[in-house]
Amino acid sequence: MVTLSTKSDQKILLELKGVKKYFPIKGGILKRVQGHVKAVEDVSLQLFEGESLGVVGESGCGKSTLGRAILGLEELTEGKIHFRNEEIQDLKRKEKLKFVKEMQMIFQDPYASLNPRQRIGHALEEVFTMHTNMSAKEKRSSVIDLLNEVGLKEEHFERYPHEFSGGQRQRIGIARAIALNPSFVICDEAVSALDVSVQAQVLKLLKTLQEKYQLSYLFISHDLGVIRYFCDRVLVMYLGNTVELGTVKGVFANPLHPYTQALLSAIPRPSVQKNTNRIRLQGDLPNPADPPSGCPFHTRCPIAQDICKINKPDWQEIEPGHFAACHYVGTKI
Amino acid sequence: MTNAILTTDIRTSGIKKKEKVYITTLKRLLKNKLAIAGIIIILVQITMAIFAPIIATHDPVKQNLIASELPVFSEGHWLGTDNYGRDVWSRIVYGARISLLVGVTAVSLGLIGGITLGLLGGYYKKLDGIIMRVVDLLFSFPGILLAMLIIAVLGTNLVNVAIAISIWSIPTCARIVRGSVLSIKEKEYIMAIKSLGASDFRIMMRHILPNAFAPIIVFGTMRMATAILSTASLSFLGLGAQPPTPEWGAMIAQGQAYMWTSPHLTIVPGIAIMLIVFAFNVVGDGLRDALDPNMDIQ
Ligand SMILES: Nc1ncnc2c1ncn2[C@@H]1O[C@H](COP(=O)(O)OP(=O)(O)OP(=O)(O)O)[C@@H](O)[C@H]1O
Ligand code: SF4
Ligand SMILES: [Mg+2]
Repeated sequence: MVTLSTKSDQKILLELKGVKKYFPIKGGILKRVQGHVKAVEDVSLQLFEGESLGVVGESGCGKSTLGRAILGLEELTEGKIHFRNEEIQDLKRKEKLKFVKEMQMIFQDPYASLNPRQRIGHALEEVFTMHTNMSAKEKRSSVIDLLNEVGLKEEHFERYPHEFSGGQRQRIGIARAIALNPSFVICDEAVSALDVSVQAQVLKLLKTLQEKYQLSYLFISHDLGVIRYFCDRVLVMYLGNTVELGTVKGVFANPLHPYTQALLSAIPRPSVQKNTNRIRLQGDLPNPADPPSGCPFHTRCPIAQDICKINKPDWQEIEPGHFAACHYVGTKI
Repeated sequence: MTNAILTTDIRTSGIKKKEKVYITTLKRLLKNKLAIAGIIIILVQITMAIFAPIIATHDPVKQNLIASELPVFSEGHWLGTDNYGRDVWSRIVYGARISLLVGVTAVSLGLIGGITLGLLGGYYKKLDGIIMRVVDLLFSFPGILLAMLIIAVLGTNLVNVAIAISIWSIPTCARIVRGSVLSIKEKEYIMAIKSLGASDFRIMMRHILPNAFAPIIVFGTMRMATAILSTASLSFLGLGAQPPTPEWGAMIAQGQAYMWTSPHLTIVPGIAIMLIVFAFNVVGDGLRDALDPNMDIQ
């Protein structure tokens, strides 16, 4: 297992600059836009070649939207995305095809992400049909190589998605994502739907593939345990905002943002003692259509002060490679 | 080395060999007795249509005034003859060919038009408004009136009947398809194939349409019944098949005058129409029930 720290020689593969994604809320008889769900609010970050960047946060905080926005599956409301120093957010489909080969996605629900009417062999062949000029024979043999690569067999070629177990389907999803030799793969809750034992196998496969093909992962998960095991760095999101970013080591040892501290305190620990210092957050997650003023976390933050309700804290680099957005950064709660 | 670990969940998963969707559907359909009756009737009609020259005992348009208005079970004419002495059985057999041909043509054209509009409207938000306006407009005409209007413009013959009936099928089909497209396009596998760079055309043809297949096949089957009945109705009204074409509706129209002397001239084609309309309806119904659990596999 490679543990990457933030070395200065790391090459930037992907860079987000002020990325926003708002979904209009339409209502009334006239279907007028009545407001916006601020799913992703001003996200700026860099992703390095060969690293796994974990993204964690509560349900609805915009993790999936961020991933889809990077792939161009959602139009950005604002902001820029650079991939290998090329701006990609406004490209037309044809121009984007070369980036499609480089950037892929593994979806949370491996069943829902496969066409139920398509044999999985054909689903995989289709990727080559769309992007290469391979002959039917070449395609078939490439697909069989792929199946073997992810631990499936040639005999699975003719089967339909419903004939597989959850873990196998996710392997199919993985095979499809790596078919074109991408350099960047977004895993959106890629193992969340799987049993723990199967989860470990799939994570192992993802790691193996990462080492073999020098993949970078954006690894979306709500499971901090999995992120600690799998990722090099971690990004914490809250209500569409980035609240903390740093190496897994750094963030887990020294969480700077109160929200991160609360999340970390909630990880079940295998200790005999009761987890007495678990921080319970007050109140519910605010509505992303009507986010709180100032710091988005102030309605639930145990150490919130008056200024938090008025001014939004800046996203700053507190220690080298360790970012956070809080007026009282580093205060332990 | 890793493969040993990687394959463990395959061995323990216990894959069930499942049948293909259409075999499962067919099996379910065949549990439905009415549907079996319907299938048999349809198969009989298809056989009559294809092998009409062999099955028919006489030339369907050949007149024989000496042997006119023979009752059923007459010698050599088991369904009798009409007022011109034409063999009713042979006319029914050739009529099967006409009704099937017009029905299939009308339904196919209607499906092509309806699927195209429904796909485009459901997939492209920008086109949806205009397409649905047109569909609503077509919808606002009562069916048979619309068909009569179209025939009035195009002229009376069976080709125009097929066209008229197909145009009448378009709005319903477009709505059904659009509805399916709207729900299918939100599915994650559509997002997934988009993320792989698929073109809109590929997404519609390869991924949306096959998954909208169930409601389309049900609609198509039911529509065959309507199309056959409409062809007969229009011909009965003199807007479709012209004499001496052995069309069932036209046969009833001609037989009307002999209602009291030779009732078989109206009853026999009437039963033929009724049976085949019944058949397509029950098979359509059966298909809907048989397909339903498959429409969305999970
Ligand atoms: N197509 C859409 N239209 C309108 N609102 C949307 C759309 N997609 C997402 N949202 C909203 O944007 C917010 C972020 O959603 P997103 O799916 O990105 O969250 P998430 O962090 O991935 O959550 P989860 O952990 O449940 O997957 C949510 O409030 C969601 O309701
Ligand atoms: S800025 Fe204020 S409310 Fe926000 S996290 Fe920091 S202390 Fe809490
Ligand atoms: Mg999500």
